Amino acid sequence: MGYHFDFSDLWGYREVFFKGIWLTLFLTAVGCSLGIAVGIGGAASRQYGPKWLRVIVGAYVEAIRNTPFLVQLFFIFFGLPAMGVKLGELQAAILTMVVNLGAYSTEIIRAGLASTHKGQVEAAESLAMSGPQIFRHVILVPALRRIWPALSSQCVIVMLGSAVCSQISAEELTFAANFVASRNFRNFEVYLVSTVIYLALAIGLRYLFRVIGRYVLKMSWE
Amino acid sequence: MKRRALFAAALALAALAQAPLAHADALADIKKAGVIKIAVPQDFPPFGSVGGDLKPVGYDIDTAALIAKEMGVKLELVPVTSANRIPYLTTKKVDLVISSLGKNPEREKVIDFSDAYAPFFNGVFGTADEKVAKVEDLAGKTIGVTRGAVEDLELSKVAPPTATIKRFEDNNATISAFLSGQVQLVATGNVVAAAIIAKNPPKKPETKFLIKNSPCYVGLNKGEAALLAAVNAAIAKTRQNGALNGVSQKWLGTALPATL
Repeated sequence: MGYHFDFSDLWGYREVFFKGIWLTLFLTAVGCSLGIAVGIGGAASRQYGPKWLRVIVGAYVEAIRNTPFLVQLFFIFFGLPAMGVKLGELQAAILTMVVNLGAYSTEIIRAGLASTHKGQVEAAESLAMSGPQIFRHVILVPALRRIWPALSSQCVIVMLGSAVCSQISAEELTFAANFVASRNFRNFEVYLVSTVIYLALAIGLRYLFRVIGRYVLKMSWE
Repeated sequence: MKRRALFAAALALAALAQAPLAHADALADIKKAGVIKIAVPQDFPPFGSVGGDLKPVGYDIDTAALIAKEMGVKLELVPVTSANRIPYLTTKKVDLVISSLGKNPEREKVIDFSDAYAPFFNGVFGTADEKVAKVEDLAGKTIGVTRGAVEDLELSKVAPPTATIKRFEDNNATISAFLSGQVQLVATGNVVAAAIIAKNPPKKPETKFLIKNSPCYVGLNKGEAALLAAVNAAIAKTRQNGALNGVSQKWLGTALPATL
């Protein structure tokens, strides 16, 4: 290979990279928490709600799952101002990530809810548990335990999808990589370093989900 | 023997005397042939592109037509690319190059330049209600720019620390940001600003100040003093009588600046 590697030049841009990592983590944290909340609400609506609510949530899920994330992002950032709603790039990025994850997690969590054995609910009713108590302890938490690996995978996908938010000038990690590459043209080194950082972040995020599963959902630490 | 030597010497002298005269006057050749060959771009709107009827159209084509008219000769357009426009001139395939040509020391060694005929600059543009006249006024303001472009590099060097520079991936995203009102100021080339104006936005971008000025010049071969004078005279006359301003309005959407 005739290429001359030079990683030392990247050290001078470490501030840009650190800011990018921080913003990626921030977008992921806010996007995932709100997205999962939307997902639980959507799944419960689709599973147990009245017909009109099921139709609305169904339309939302199909619209978001069948269109690209980038198109949704551009619609919110460049398109909404034409209707008077002007969002900054961070707000637009978070909104798009929440809307996107909300649709996918609705279906993932609904799969968990649908696989609840009817006998469980009947047993809970016979113990005189109230509706909300049944939903929380007997239906939701076991459902989340069942679909937790799938949900954590979707959240990792959302974290990697935050790279797309560089297109609207949100200064996360991919923006940092593009910025540094446009200054020193060391594309190989820059994108190799950011790939390694994304890999580390994804592994860390999965570990965090395992920890939450263990201590919040009382899953076994296998 | 002596006569043959004398005859050879006379012939050589005559040849030598002929040589500078034969090369010198491109202007005279043009006037005699009644046609001027001008190289124009075909891949760089609004300076030169191909219209619907496959005919070249653009700022440079209109300028070439004005110069040919002033010199009283017919115009022959020769489409060129950025790579071959100067070789076409130096090998005399064309008489003039009107192809958004910028002046720099390397080129000045090889060809001559006329006076400037078109503005080509990087600057900060903004809506009318933004009161910005120089780079210091950008303090506390948000400016959109295309990442990695010349404007990005220059602006990052001189912008005040409280200015927020939003970098977009390409010219189209920067234009979209301005048109959607996400940014009120953009740093870009005047050609891109012309593209924004062409979209007829509710708030048109006005030029606030220049970052880097590199106007367009007509290129000619070295040593053509008469042709250079004729071209400069044509440019001066069309500036004065407003014809060149009309070309600028048509293709760039703005009037010709007072100084180029």
